[in-house]
Amino acid sequence: MSEHDAHGEPRSFWTKYVWSQDHKVIAIQYSLTAIAVGLVALVLSNLMRLQLGFPGAFPFIDPARYYQFVTMHGMIMVIYLLTALFLGGFGNYLIPLMVGARDMVFPYLNMLSFWMYLLAVLVLMAGFFVPGGPTGAGWTLYPPQAILPGTPGTEWGIVLMLVSLLIFIVAATMGGLNYVTTVLQARTRGMTLLRLPLTVWGIFVASILALFAFPALFVSGVMMLFDKLLGTSFFMPAIVSMGQPLKHAGGSPVLFQHLFWFFGHPEVYIVALPAFGIISDLISTHARKNIFGYRMMVWAIVAIGGLSFVVWAHHMYVSGMNPYFGYFFATTTLVIAVPTAIKVYNWVLTLWRGDIHLRVPMLFAIGFISTFAIGGLTGLFLGNVSVDIPLSDTYFVVAHFHMVMGVSPVLAIFGGIYHWYPKLTGRLLDERLGKLHFWVTFLGTYAIYMPMHYLGFLGMPRRYYAYEGYEFIPASAQDLNAFITVAALVVGVTQLVFLFNLAWSLRHGRPAGPNPWGATTLEWQTPDTPPRHGNWGETLPEVHRWAYDYSVPGAARDFIPQNVPQSAAPAGDDAPPADRHAGEGHA
Amino acid sequence: MSARSGILAALATKPWLPQPLPPVAAPRLPAATVGLRVLLGVIGVLFGLFAIALLVRARLPDWQPLAGTPTSPLAGLGPLWTNTALLAASSLALQAASGAARRGRLAATRFGLVLAGAAALAFLAGQGWVWWLFIATGHFVASHPAASFFYLLTGVHGLHLAGGLVALGRSVARAWRERSCVRVHAGVARCALYWHFLFAVWLVLFALLASPPATLAALADICGIR
Repeated sequence: MSEHDAHGEPRSFWTKYVWSQDHKVIAIQYSLTAIAVGLVALVLSNLMRLQLGFPGAFPFIDPARYYQFVTMHGMIMVIYLLTALFLGGFGNYLIPLMVGARDMVFPYLNMLSFWMYLLAVLVLMAGFFVPGGPTGAGWTLYPPQAILPGTPGTEWGIVLMLVSLLIFIVAATMGGLNYVTTVLQARTRGMTLLRLPLTVWGIFVASILALFAFPALFVSGVMMLFDKLLGTSFFMPAIVSMGQPLKHAGGSPVLFQHLFWFFGHPEVYIVALPAFGIISDLISTHARKNIFGYRMMVWAIVAIGGLSFVVWAHHMYVSGMNPYFGYFFATTTLVIAVPTAIKVYNWVLTLWRGDIHLRVPMLFAIGFISTFAIGGLTGLFLGNVSVDIPLSDTYFVVAHFHMVMGVSPVLAIFGGIYHWYPKLTGRLLDERLGKLHFWVTFLGTYAIYMPMHYLGFLGMPRRYYAYEGYEFIPASAQDLNAFITVAALVVGVTQLVFLFNLAWSLRHGRPAGPNPWGATTLEWQTPDTPPRHGNWGETLPEVHRWAYDYSVPGAARDFIPQNVPQSAAPAGDDAPPADRHAGEGHA
Repeated sequence: MSARSGILAALATKPWLPQPLPPVAAPRLPAATVGLRVLLGVIGVLFGLFAIALLVRARLPDWQPLAGTPTSPLAGLGPLWTNTALLAASSLALQAASGAARRGRLAATRFGLVLAGAAALAFLAGQGWVWWLFIATGHFVASHPAASFFYLLTGVHGLHLAGGLVALGRSVARAWRERSCVRVHAGVARCALYWHFLFAVWLVLFALLASPPATLAALADICGIR
């Protein structure tokens, strides 16, 4: 039983690369699909910025198209890029390798998960080609406007959006069952729960959140489809539209908002927790130091996961819900900042007196700490009801959530790709192109979002197509908007450098060897690089130590892999020893 | 620390200290059973959220209960009780099949599986019949919110049972292919667990759909829904 039954190795091109049940191939399929659809969303954001920076200069961006761009950009980025890439991409690749398994426990279900995800993406993209175009309801899809004439895409777009989401939820549930069960059941001998790398902890808890939060989106999506297609009134109140009374009556739009955000807030952490995990491992590896407060990091991930289910209504302070709810949800929102702040402190303390190597993955990891801390701090402002009410629906909110759950997770993804690409391909990504990519993306982020905080203080409302004739907005705000647009275009174009690097390094990158970063975790100890089908050759690895034995005093090298027995390397003292080793040069 | 066990003890260990390599141990449960239990949690959340949506919607003034008056579509609960009995019979038959498979009685296992499948199909047909009764008396999906919930909840529940029938069909095929119960038992036991769960979900849905507004209001109060 210790070596669970791995399916046979596929031989033909089709079973090896297309209908593959190998977690590594599925991970790459998931990642490439997510990156492709993410590029669409990136282009959409630049089109939006063109209208905002230079209003009217591009006549093809009419108001309807603008709202469609806003909606599709948001939905694609949150669901089809970030969720799919963290869980379907990183989760699929790293979980079996990091826990020492040959594959996921349900490989066939894993394959189905990817194909359902691809179907969801295709249904979503079909929205661009149907009469009326994709929905322009905003990514939150609030009824009644989401399905009423006047909102773009109420003919076909909203139906395709909802159907695509339902398919995606089925795919994510299939994947989530696999990730959770694999972590629970398929860990190799010696891999106790607290010897798991934090990347696995983050993805594991995020998968649990996804399993239990996506049903809320499923329920609201099905009920909205009924309202749209069958004329029911779950969410639709009595309403007069275009001078005509509609047959809907008595439904509750606020009920939709509760259901949506009961999904929507855990979704923030579905994206954030894997990023936390990845960043922890990148910082520890590239600072050659054990992660500060490993157990606290695990407890914080678990606590954040639990708390994320009781903060949802902080998105609804201005929805007309019972105002006393605000006390409760403001309190829980501020409480969740405690475990989150612990994580930030621990990252900084891991860096403190570490043997820091400023390679590209480390640059992205350090960039993440700064963008996440700033985005998190503005979250504290917005979590307070009395501060949120004047700032609600302004660019301050846009700046906040882009810093904290847009840019930060994307930086973690980039860092993760630069870090694990050598394991996927056997070659390193080009360092100079990587540094160019990092600095333009990182500084560009600040150029884009810092001014947006200020625009929000001015009261500039979000989701407006044009801003003429508002006396409270000074004319100079337009200069700032033009500046933001230029910065966004530069950052957008720079992503081409990254894509080029991905393709070019596949053939021409420097050969990496099995463990280019000197990392301790199991995925770097595979007998082959890239790992072959079944990952481990004849016998599974045995785990003898935690994932963070970096710079152990007296050890021959500054890292001891997890599968090295205690007797083969001098055991560390009882106290985490790494900081004594600081400052020593390495390699 | 050795006295405590479970997740809290696991989270309290100090992984940086040397620990002896644990003995090779087979997992206590097969992966499919763990996966099924997680799936049941997900389905439970799904129906729980549907139930909460119903409680919220029933608070609004246009709610007309499905039962309680002679003209309401569920004035006679006989058909739904019949269907409930069918699903209960299906669940019991699977439990019996699971017990027979554990004791190695292949013929009894096969009989129980077929009986359970037939009763489940009869339940689905019976639910379809109640839909037809609704339609015949003019209660369509958009006629009033309680009717909308009736179609929605029975439909989603029926789809979950239909998905279970696919798994049951695979168990039936295996029971006929194999010559002993060794490789049959685990799958049958999982089917039985899934069936009991869906039966419990159905009892809750039945109760919600047939309850008078005062009961729903009391439940909503308990949940803090105003």
